[in-house]
Amino acid sequence: MDAITVSGMTVVYDKQPALENVSFSIPEGSLTGVIGPNGAGKSTLIKAALQLIPVRSGTVEVFDQPYKNQKQLIGYVPQRSEVDWDFPTNALDIVLMGRYRQIGWFKRANNKDIKWARACLEKVGMEGFAKRQISQLSGGQQQRVFLARALAQDASIYFMDEPFAGVDAATEKAIIQLMKNWKRQGKTVLVVHHDLSTVEDYFDHVLLLNKRPVDCGPTQSVFTIDNLEKTYGGSIAFLQKTTPAGGR
Amino acid sequence: MDFFSVLGFDANTEWVLTGSLLLGFASGTIGSFVLLRKQSLISDAMAHATLPGVCIMYILFQVKSIPLFLIGAALTGLLATQAIQLIIHRSRIKTDAAIGIVISVFFGFGIVLLTYIQQHFGGSKAGLDTFIFGQAASLVKSDVQVITIGSLILTMIAALFFKEFKTVVFDPAFAKGIGLPVRLLDSLLFSMVLLVVVIGIQMVGVVLIAALLITPPLAARFWTEQLGVMAFLGGSFGAVSGISGAILSTTIDHLPTGPMMVLSASFIFFLSFLFGSKKGMLPRMVKLL
Repeated sequence: MDAITVSGMTVVYDKQPALENVSFSIPEGSLTGVIGPNGAGKSTLIKAALQLIPVRSGTVEVFDQPYKNQKQLIGYVPQRSEVDWDFPTNALDIVLMGRYRQIGWFKRANNKDIKWARACLEKVGMEGFAKRQISQLSGGQQQRVFLARALAQDASIYFMDEPFAGVDAATEKAIIQLMKNWKRQGKTVLVVHHDLSTVEDYFDHVLLLNKRPVDCGPTQSVFTIDNLEKTYGGSIAFLQKTTPAGGR
Repeated sequence: MDFFSVLGFDANTEWVLTGSLLLGFASGTIGSFVLLRKQSLISDAMAHATLPGVCIMYILFQVKSIPLFLIGAALTGLLATQAIQLIIHRSRIKTDAAIGIVISVFFGFGIVLLTYIQQHFGGSKAGLDTFIFGQAASLVKSDVQVITIGSLILTMIAALFFKEFKTVVFDPAFAKGIGLPVRLLDSLLFSMVLLVVVIGIQMVGVVLIAALLITPPLAARFWTEQLGVMAFLGGSFGAVSGISGAILSTTIDHLPTGPMMVLSASFIFFLSFLFGSKKGMLPRMVKLL
């Protein structure tokens, strides 16, 4: 079964198309990397799919149902740079936000929610930082707080926007561990990713995107030099050494 | 009211002081969210832009009625924020210049209308002449009742939606993802600012009411790293500024209330800037030693 089906997605920024008629589907339980050059619309695709930005046209289905009926199944990890980390709060509070849907309106987090949030922090190796001000966390630690918040949501599908951007080795390891755990639990993960050299290690599915989808499918068959050339344009020679399997 | 009577104030002044305290608390609390949502300047523009709306309502109906003023204020306040958005999106003018233009146009128009009212309807009788800088002494019991009830409602809404506002202010995209009605909550916050402006207009005045939304929470930020504490402390600083401004302007002749409140708030801000335990200059210098 497909976890996500996007059909005919078109997004226009300032009269410039950011995404043109993008259609693809992601099988349930897959770990999919969204790959493409800068300005290819990778982050835009995630935001459009989650209806965070206006779209010109296109539909999104989650497990064959319209997205708006299935929102509760989806967890979103935005780019770290999109929020103000000087906000007056601590790590535990941010993770608790992942429980707000379950807690509901007008109610406050109870002990069970706090315990849950602490467990999520522990899973990303941040148990010692629960009461730490978020402004005093390193970039990698901030990313892990976002991951813990996503974990706290207990979603079936996760969208992650450049989680590996500018993080330390420990955080990178924590993210990979988390993605593998999610996969083991049958969850579906879609990750906007930049580093071509790690694509084959991290993802079993790939969506190649440059405003239009170039190809989408299992990594072995889709992540090929030919396809990368189509995605990135002609100047791709340097990539050959970064794609160890050659992908032919 | 025993506290105030000890200080030797009459019953009406006690009412006014209670109103100024609650208004200060409400604006300091709401201001905390506005400040962190980075909409302080927009709220200042909106406050200025309510003046023509209020005047138009008075010209049309010739009664001083808070609900009518609220409608007028909402209309021109909304128009001003829309105008700012339009200018930013449709021209090369940047946000600061767009806000600057809109503030002057709306406020200038408001002043013209206010002058017209004073010449044709005897606006001073209605207390409209105090709308620029505010005059606590001009308030009668019913005015203060509106301020009191309005402030209490506003503070309650802020407390009730604390968790939701916090999420929307910190990370609107995530908030939308977990199903919060982000636009609705934004509009609610915007409406709360409008309500503060309208109920505070006669006491504080349109020119400086925004300062009461901005300065107390800004001062509070120097003392805490927790939003809940910041909102409460911002409210408390607002309450102290409100009441000391009201006392100063009612005990000393010809002192307008709004500027006195803002001076009090600025004094608190200055102390916080120097001594604030979390971000103050001196504690930080001590840490570096």
